[in-house]
Amino acid sequence: MFRFRGLQWILGGLAVSLLAGGLQAKTITISCGAVGAEKQLCEEGTRAWSEQTGHEVKIVSTPNSATERLSLYQQLFAARSGDVDVFQIDVVWPGMLASHLVDLSEYTDGAESGHFQALVANNTVDGRLVAMPWFTDAGVLYYRKDLLEKYGLQTPETWQQLTDTAKTVMTKEREAGNDRFWGYVWQGRAYEGLTCNALEWIASFNGGTIVNGEGEVTVNNEQAAEALGLASTWIDGISPRSVLNYTEEEARGVFQSGNALYMRNWPYAWSLAQSEDSPVKGKVGVVALPRGGEDGRHAGTLGGWQLAVSKYSENVDEAAALVNFLTSYEEQKRRAIQGSYNPTIPDLYQDEEVLAAVPFFGELFETFKNGVPRPSSATGDQYGRVSNAFFNATHDVLAGKAEPEQALSKLDAQLKRLGRRGW
Amino acid sequence: MFLIPMLVVLAAVAGWPLMRTIWFSFTDASFSDISTYSMIGFENYLVYDNGAWYGVLADPSWWRAVWNTLFFTVVSVGAETVLGLIIALTLNAQFRGRGLIRAATLIPWAIPTIVSAKMWGWMLHDQFGIINDLLMTLGVIAEPLNWTANSDLSMWAVIMVDVWKTTPFMALLTLAALQMLPSDCYEAAKVDGIHPVRVFFRVTLPLIYPALMVAIIFRVLDALRVFDVIYVLTSNSEDTMSMSVYARQQLVEFQDVGYGSAASTVLFLIIALLTISYLYLGRKQFGGDA
Repeated sequence: MFRFRGLQWILGGLAVSLLAGGLQAKTITISCGAVGAEKQLCEEGTRAWSEQTGHEVKIVSTPNSATERLSLYQQLFAARSGDVDVFQIDVVWPGMLASHLVDLSEYTDGAESGHFQALVANNTVDGRLVAMPWFTDAGVLYYRKDLLEKYGLQTPETWQQLTDTAKTVMTKEREAGNDRFWGYVWQGRAYEGLTCNALEWIASFNGGTIVNGEGEVTVNNEQAAEALGLASTWIDGISPRSVLNYTEEEARGVFQSGNALYMRNWPYAWSLAQSEDSPVKGKVGVVALPRGGEDGRHAGTLGGWQLAVSKYSENVDEAAALVNFLTSYEEQKRRAIQGSYNPTIPDLYQDEEVLAAVPFFGELFETFKNGVPRPSSATGDQYGRVSNAFFNATHDVLAGKAEPEQALSKLDAQLKRLGRRGW
Repeated sequence: MFLIPMLVVLAAVAGWPLMRTIWFSFTDASFSDISTYSMIGFENYLVYDNGAWYGVLADPSWWRAVWNTLFFTVVSVGAETVLGLIIALTLNAQFRGRGLIRAATLIPWAIPTIVSAKMWGWMLHDQFGIINDLLMTLGVIAEPLNWTANSDLSMWAVIMVDVWKTTPFMALLTLAALQMLPSDCYEAAKVDGIHPVRVFFRVTLPLIYPALMVAIIFRVLDALRVFDVIYVLTSNSEDTMSMSVYARQQLVEFQDVGYGSAASTVLFLIIALLTISYLYLGRKQFGGDA
């Protein structure tokens, strides 16, 4: 009898404490990147949400390399593991991971209409919104303001102008004694970054995006051949041959040490080029990447990261609420000001406080708005293979192992083989 | 009777994954959703479709990987055997501090491959690697070489790292064989005044040959499924891609569980064939005692 009463007390106490602490405090696990300030910003953001809602958030560290991160995610998904509720996913993954992710459109209350539509379209697979944009990225052109001024040149509007001005400045700088000076550095190693670079060249010549939205292979066309042909003249011309092995950081190393006039890179390089110990501090400008020709367009490949909720999560409602919070206007504004992460909400690019903190967001707005998506939605599961075939073909052209037309027709056949049963 | 528990354990840890891999290789399973798939027969291996061949066996990249693996195996195991033998003969001699030297030679073998590969990766780095720095200082090269990315050099870089790591293992096994040799043969040879080189080829080599062969087979089977050293140093580069790296790329990066399993199965068959033929030949040779 006595024991029984004790149990009653305990049960009663439990019930009271549950009612008091909101309906039930859940634990949500999120995978955040840990590159640079990412982890700290993620911790601050999730802590704020915890305080608001009373739910606990656990952060799982993931590998820095996107490829390794994808492998880890796939193992979790293949095992239908609910260990992680919220995943930070790359802009090219929604097509591959869609079947494991929740359709967020039921939870967002229409918030996605305030984000860049290119990103929303990218994250929509078969009509399901599988991820919300968190921060974005696009390829941009860095240039040396001081050198263009010194030789009385304008920032290049077209790739041909970039080639000519780079040649001029390079020749003169070398005559003046800097024999390690180059005109243009970019990412030419055979990896995903080369896909981003080459897609920019081809799209700027109106040569399409490798595979179009309907899943048709479009890469074998004259504009694409012209773009690759021009790019292949850069090697040993305005770019060192070693650019064929450069990733983002190697290119930045050359540019930031003052040995290049132009660089193609992501926005992250801005704050580093402008840091206290940078030799080119205050001499750098950023513009959109050049157009293919007079009738071409400015094209920057779309990069960036999204937040998605796992289908295997046991707390989908809370996880979706956390995604809504982290991708909201206020949180993106905080991240933009503190870490110069590009917002995915167009209105933030007119926000005074954001522009004061990161002035170049204003100049780059068009680039981000018109980011060129890689054909990952159209090709789904096969995107990895498509990108691999594309960067290898491009690398062959750049290395002088193949002519553009011949490489593109071979690539065309390869991609049609891959997509022969539909993507 | 007493073997049953062991057979059950073996079936669980080796048989089941193997069977599953072979099973998947006949399906079109994808990593993005591994639960739904259909049987497609031999299409992952080889299929004729619309006037072209498809499948692992029709993929030039696969044959490139096979060639890379064979080249890597022959060159690295060959070099390891010769170097291991030389080191073992040296360590077999009587000199002061022999124990210390023996222990020291084992260090590369004791370091996990992933660690030594990463270490060499930094040492071979084209911008700030110590190897380039040394060679430049000595005036052997005029400008830094890109060891791991240059298609002419990367395979040799991988082989060099593997040789550095595995030679001690060969040396150790060879040394064990040398220690077992009867000394009377050598005393007889000495009395007869036969040249040491001749003694080596006529006496030493035939006597340690069986042990050496076991060591070589071990290494060959190991080298055929090489993955870590290549993946860490050169990731997915076609120039050095081994069969295991190819299978992983198909499976993990291209999401294609069926195709990747087919590649793994072919790799398994190659190794199994080699092992069986070795055992068969070995039995033939020692016919009487098997």
